Amino acid sequence: MSRRTSPVIPGFGLTLGYTLVYLSLLVLIPLGAMFVHAAQLTWAEFWTIISAPRVVAALKLSFGTAFVAALINGLIGTLLAWALVRYSFPGRKVIDAMIDLPFALPTAVAGIALTALYAPNGMVGQIAAWLGFKIAYTPLGITLALTFVTLPFVVRTIQPVLADIPREVEEAAACLGARPFQVFRHVLLPALLPAWLTGFALAFARGVGEYGSVIFIAGNMPMKTEILPLLIMVKLDQYDYHGATAIGVLMLVVSFILLLLINLLQRRIQTP
Amino acid sequence: MTSTTLTAGDISAARRGSPAGRILLILGAYLAFALFLLLPLLVVLSEALKLGLGTFFSALLEPDAISALKLTLLAVGISVPLNLVFGVAAAWCVSKYEFRGKSILVTLIDLPFSVSPVIAGLIYVLLFGAQGFFGDVLEKYDIQIIFALPGIVLATIFVTVPFVARELIPLMQEQGSQEEEAARLLGASGWQMFWHVTLPNIKWGLIYGVVLCTARAMGEFGAVSVVSGHIRGYTNTLPLHVEILYNEYNHVAAFSVASLLLGLALIILLLKQWSESRINRLRHTAEEE
Repeated sequence: MSRRTSPVIPGFGLTLGYTLVYLSLLVLIPLGAMFVHAAQLTWAEFWTIISAPRVVAALKLSFGTAFVAALINGLIGTLLAWALVRYSFPGRKVIDAMIDLPFALPTAVAGIALTALYAPNGMVGQIAAWLGFKIAYTPLGITLALTFVTLPFVVRTIQPVLADIPREVEEAAACLGARPFQVFRHVLLPALLPAWLTGFALAFARGVGEYGSVIFIAGNMPMKTEILPLLIMVKLDQYDYHGATAIGVLMLVVSFILLLLINLLQRRIQTP
Repeated sequence: MTSTTLTAGDISAARRGSPAGRILLILGAYLAFALFLLLPLLVVLSEALKLGLGTFFSALLEPDAISALKLTLLAVGISVPLNLVFGVAAAWCVSKYEFRGKSILVTLIDLPFSVSPVIAGLIYVLLFGAQGFFGDVLEKYDIQIIFALPGIVLATIFVTVPFVARELIPLMQEQGSQEEEAARLLGASGWQMFWHVTLPNIKWGLIYGVVLCTARAMGEFGAVSVVSGHIRGYTNTLPLHVEILYNEYNHVAAFSVASLLLGLALIILLLKQWSESRINRLRHTAEEE
């Protein structure tokens, strides 16, 4: 590696070396160890573990609910970001500060709070029960918990982009006779989409791996409301290290493929 | 609207959007705020205080709760400073130099954010657990990592690695290195330059990163849950204590401890807001100069 700028500033070797050693010891080697451990399995064994109906059901549930939650946040997050950036209204500052509550609040606390709200005897759960459906202990409840913990992602990625779009651009479009929807479709959407996708991807990745806020509201019934991270936990409790590792590898690989696809999509949008 | 009869009023209407749409969006924001953020917050408090202040405080002052609080503070106290030093070093080499593989390094720094916390716990069990790679060696020398403090600290570090680096990298890239170069040319040593030029410049970004890092370290549940073993009074952190109480149907106590964590979360939000406003003020004065 060669340094090309700022030859007078010292510390390149020290900081890069420290960064690499720290990252390797705490993140890369441990993660690599999981893949080494998984390599002790033959393909047939690996396949038997990950194609078990209970694992497939959990896989579908985890990725499905995380996807829907990220989509919901795509809508609510955009709405919140829009209102916070474009309008001034009473309480705007408080709402803006509180958007980050899901990041600051321990996930277990979020989990029991949401369960207390949405369980059949909870405040919102009672209304749902009266209308004839259940929220807690169903995939709907899981989606809701994931929506809560990933709420800040879309808002926080869209906010600065929205604030940077010059209003003149929209005015020009409006003066040229564009209807509000056309302004949105042709002026705002192309500018916002890359940031929106970033927020979506972050929310999705976090949602797939999320554990603390989900296990309380999920009910954790095998085949029905059991998420992948919980299944890893279950296997570990049974000292089934191979099973836990195989599911861990599966989860990481699927997440990375999806994130890579989102990344590619983003590049295509940015360079038309 | 035709272009021939365009008035100033039309332009400002286009600027603000239609009033009906604006009111609708603002109401939507209020609704989303109330439903998603305010309601869960109020529910924690109301459940905690259901049986009065007496039970609330006795749940907090119980020995297991106190030892959980101590363990959480200890884990935060070890992992946050380590990630702080790492964050500064990582941001320094990424923002001050050009080298091959830099974008890969930045991706690797962010990697823990896209790994499930449960996997973060699992990898340390595979390394240091009884049947792990180093299991035999550790047993021989009677060193306990999993189901003990070191495991909890390792798992906490893993999930909070990116926070400080992530806040500092864009800030330091924006600031450039002219001031540091000037300090060097005027004869400052490397450490003098860092303490007197760099640190004052990145102070608020650093605080911001530390605040976010602390929030996550304090509340981490999944990763710590895998490596802790849930031994009451010994390896139970506050979030795990909440889980145990909840699963024992001791809801009032669970929500009492949860409201303590909620209080800490609100303090964190205040600190975050404060450091953020200081960063913005610095940016504004920098622009004016």
